Amino acid sequence: MYDKLWLIPFFPLIGSIINGLLGKRFIKSEKAIGAIGTGAVFLSFLVTCRYFFQLLGDTEKVHQQVVASWMSVGKLQVDWGFLFDPLSALMLMVVCGVGSLIHLYSIGYMHGEEGFYRYFSYLNLFIFSMIMLVLGNNALVMFIGWEGVGLCSYLLIGYYFEKQSAGDAAKKAFVMNRVGDFGFLLGLFTIFWTLGSHGIWTVNFVDFSEHGHLLGVGSTVVTVATLCFFLGATGKSAQLPLYTWLPDAMEGPTPVSALIHAATMVTAGVYMIGRMNVLFAMSPTTMGVVAAVGAATAIFAASIGFAQNDIKRVLAYSTVSQLGFMFVAMGVGAFTAGIFHLMTHAFFKACLFLGSGSVIHAMHHALHHAHLDDDPQDMRNMGGLRKHMPVTWATFGISCLAIAGLPFFAGFFSKDEILWWAFASTRGSLVVWGIAAFAAGMTAFYMFRCLYMTFYGKQKTDPKAKDHVHESPWVITLPLVVLAGLATVGGFVGVPHAIDVVHIGNKLDAFLAPVFHHTQELYQIEAHGAASTEIMLMVFSVVVALIGIGIATTMYLKNPELPAKFTSTFSRLHRVVFNKWYVDEIYDAMFVNTTKQFGNFCWKFFDVKIVDGIVNGVGKVVNVLSAGLRHTQTGLFQNYALAMVLGTVVMVAIYILN
Amino acid sequence: MINTVDTLPAFPWLSLMVFLPLSGALLCLLHTRSERDCRWLGLTVAVATFGIAIWLFLSQQPNASGWFCVEDIEWIGRFSIRYNLAMDGIALVMVLLTTFLQIVSMLLAWPVRRHVGLFFALLLILESGLLGIFLAQDLILFYLFWEVALIPMFFLIGIWGHNRRHEAALKFFLYTLAGSLFMLLAIIGLYVIHGDQTGHYSFLISDLARTELTLRQEYLLFGGFLAAFAIKSPLVPFHTWLPDALSEAPAVGSLDLTGLLIKTGVYGLIRIAFPLFPNATSECLPIFGTFALVALFHAGWCAYHQDDIKRLLAYSSISHLGLVVLGLAAWTFTAWQGSLLLMVSHGITTGALLAMVAMIRQRIATRNLQKLSGLWAQAPCLSALFLLFALASLGLPGLANFSGEILVLIGTFQTRPIWAIMGIAGVVFAAAYMLRLIQRVLWGEPTQAEVADLSPREWLILIPLAILTVWLGIYPATFLKPLETPVLLALGGLP
Repeated sequence: MYDKLWLIPFFPLIGSIINGLLGKRFIKSEKAIGAIGTGAVFLSFLVTCRYFFQLLGDTEKVHQQVVASWMSVGKLQVDWGFLFDPLSALMLMVVCGVGSLIHLYSIGYMHGEEGFYRYFSYLNLFIFSMIMLVLGNNALVMFIGWEGVGLCSYLLIGYYFEKQSAGDAAKKAFVMNRVGDFGFLLGLFTIFWTLGSHGIWTVNFVDFSEHGHLLGVGSTVVTVATLCFFLGATGKSAQLPLYTWLPDAMEGPTPVSALIHAATMVTAGVYMIGRMNVLFAMSPTTMGVVAAVGAATAIFAASIGFAQNDIKRVLAYSTVSQLGFMFVAMGVGAFTAGIFHLMTHAFFKACLFLGSGSVIHAMHHALHHAHLDDDPQDMRNMGGLRKHMPVTWATFGISCLAIAGLPFFAGFFSKDEILWWAFASTRGSLVVWGIAAFAAGMTAFYMFRCLYMTFYGKQKTDPKAKDHVHESPWVITLPLVVLAGLATVGGFVGVPHAIDVVHIGNKLDAFLAPVFHHTQELYQIEAHGAASTEIMLMVFSVVVALIGIGIATTMYLKNPELPAKFTSTFSRLHRVVFNKWYVDEIYDAMFVNTTKQFGNFCWKFFDVKIVDGIVNGVGKVVNVLSAGLRHTQTGLFQNYALAMVLGTVVMVAIYILN
Repeated sequence: MINTVDTLPAFPWLSLMVFLPLSGALLCLLHTRSERDCRWLGLTVAVATFGIAIWLFLSQQPNASGWFCVEDIEWIGRFSIRYNLAMDGIALVMVLLTTFLQIVSMLLAWPVRRHVGLFFALLLILESGLLGIFLAQDLILFYLFWEVALIPMFFLIGIWGHNRRHEAALKFFLYTLAGSLFMLLAIIGLYVIHGDQTGHYSFLISDLARTELTLRQEYLLFGGFLAAFAIKSPLVPFHTWLPDALSEAPAVGSLDLTGLLIKTGVYGLIRIAFPLFPNATSECLPIFGTFALVALFHAGWCAYHQDDIKRLLAYSSISHLGLVVLGLAAWTFTAWQGSLLLMVSHGITTGALLAMVAMIRQRIATRNLQKLSGLWAQAPCLSALFLLFALASLGLPGLANFSGEILVLIGTFQTRPIWAIMGIAGVVFAAAYMLRLIQRVLWGEPTQAEVADLSPREWLILIPLAILTVWLGIYPATFLKPLETPVLLALGGLP
């Protein structure tokens, strides 16, 4: 029985309300607020676990629970309903599991902040929205979560609201997400009415899967609709061309970046494609676009990651790039691989972000102690932190190995499965594979650059602050250790057949089969090739990763003067990359400013000059005409009464004439 | 069948509802010396009126053609003007909104210090006028209430308004008067034509709807009504009175103006213009749609550039009303349901925001976005509620406006996909100006030394509004249900 599914979103919602309403005045104690917030998510995690394991043993894999009706207008019937199947179960495990750890971490990280209660209230509200997004059994409930996570992201990016830059970044994130939402709604409307014209009136995902074929394989309407949905995904998951908000989103507190802008919310686009895999698979065009955009984003964002000095920004571009990998997977039909990478990425990227948070936390306190206002996030002020922060260093290092894809860390399995599918799938292509493999090498380079600049070499922190850098407390390091552990062993749930010498089997593939296999069989999506080819490719990508690491080692560990030489030789290129290819400036010039100017025109010219001009003209004429009446009647009310009388006279006159 | 027989129910609830505020107003005027009594009298009457509306909602069952209650007696026999009040689902929803918002208005008007008796009397007269507009089925009666609702608003702006109140009142007056006169002419014209045709003179909408008109006549008369309704709604390009009137009106006046008075324009379209002139209507729908889209975008763009919060909200209202009219022009069941729901949601959310603007102004003495900043640091409760209403207004799912907007857009997509696409884009743009508002008011460095958080009276105003905002978002069925039959009937005449 799956009749208590509503408990999963219920706990964080209640947690959010309690902390939000009572936190400031009544609870006050940080410990209590933190316990309520973390406990609420942990309870959801427990309920999810219970159902997850129940689902493992169940033969029936798709379960729906309808709580109440939401809207019922004509043909449109929308319920508050939940859908629990392997896909949402896995996603919920990630959201609630990683979510609990990050809540715990936040207790330490946010210690002493003024809006502590507000932070936990938002964070719980975020988890609630994310659960609605994942668990909703129809597109509109998903949309509630979809916008809800956007809102919480907005609130949390702008958490330090006294800072102008934080407010701007928050606004940018929201508006860009809204552009994506435009696509989501449009896609939904198209599907709704087209399916309706075949007699299926529904917004329910299960019905989409069942009746999707009515739209016609490869038909224009399904291509248009899925492209619209994909536009929504590019907004939420920060893909080209709507990615620019994510790096700016780093204005928020670091645990927020880990939870929202790395592990969960930004993967919503990938999840959404997984949820509607039937529709996407029906349009090879859309799948091609998804793969192409994913590959382009992967390499483009990685290139920007080369030249950033802010530790969080490096990780942000890395996230954009890794999300690109997931979209490549979705685009070539490797749905399982995409979700697999989503999961492993949640482990190692959350660990990286939390690690960077631990570093920033330590740097901040050290600099604060020495009364310096150096930037605690600038890697040029770091270096040699390994000695001071051993746990942070070790976990950060492990995650770097995982993201670089070294065997047999978690990232190795998921990334190689994506690359294999890109190479061998019926929807794959050599070009996409090539770009993705190259981007993987770039990833290894910039992540190790980041690792070396932060933890190795000479400590470049101001001497006054140097010795005040300390390892963080256990609430911060415990989540790091757990996540690093997962980043190490998490990949073994998806061991590919080719190298499965001890026959553990690809557990993840088997688990997700009820969601994806039907589609893949129906539309002949499969990766075919010899096991030897697969192993060859694996060796190749490991070599590429090692080359990336090697270059980073040469440049940033062995010869620390090399990067400076390099940037001065290629100063122009460096400037362009450092300034993120000037994309923000181009967007400002093309869209933001023109829109603003046009708005000004609408108001200042059309409303004020034209419309009001005419009205005032009429007003003047009336004034002139009524000047004669002024002698006997003063003011406006009399005019008005006069008009009424005139009207009545006309009426009576007409009546009499008849 | 021409109805000449008086119909009177066991108890004339509708008349009681309409005239209770008016009698309250008379008491207020007679008793201006005690300000305290006037306030309490106003509030009591408003609550009692709301009570009647709720009671009617809960107890009455609609008959086959969707009417909950009908009161119909001869009034001025010589001109066959009848006193005919009737309530169907659409009217019911509008009546509920009106009576509810009037309670909010009374509470909001509490701090008024000048001519308190007159102020509350005008508010009550306004309520009577509005209820009359929503209930009258005889055009002369309708016209009368239409004017009755106009006059108090004129005085509210003219006497209690801000610095440029006279100018704004004049503009409001000129615009609306022009519109009303055209409507009056059209009413009389239609009356005459109908009388000539049937030999039976009547101002009843149901009778006049049976008049056989040439297309030319239809266009002319339709135009007359449209002048009044388009100005009141207000549709671009007849909208410029609203930002002025709203920014100069006192807090309560602006709440009633946006929350209720401009809804009468759309209501007039639905109740009178569309059913009386079906052919002209169906010809004009594409024009309506186009103008609605223009309004949606134009007002959205203008809103982005306003520094006065009230002007911003005025443009935001014009933009929202554009979406409402878009839904009507799409002429589908879903879109109409959405439009009507959106009218209610807009009344609640924008009304709440306007109330909050008044509260902010009492504390900081400015409405200028350039001067406001960092309110959250000082008044978190006030700010949290402001955020809630602003988010509802930008159409966040799960809050009030979204339910209406999504229905309008889905319904529009059915017949006019292009409109729907542009409609979604316009709704997306709403985020830009609302977020600017939020950012300027709530975030940033606080500029003032000390700002008090909400007082008990303000909590009392805002909590019901907040509850309704969430209610409309997650369970709109309460309000959609009574709309079903009348919307179906209204759409029945056309494809």
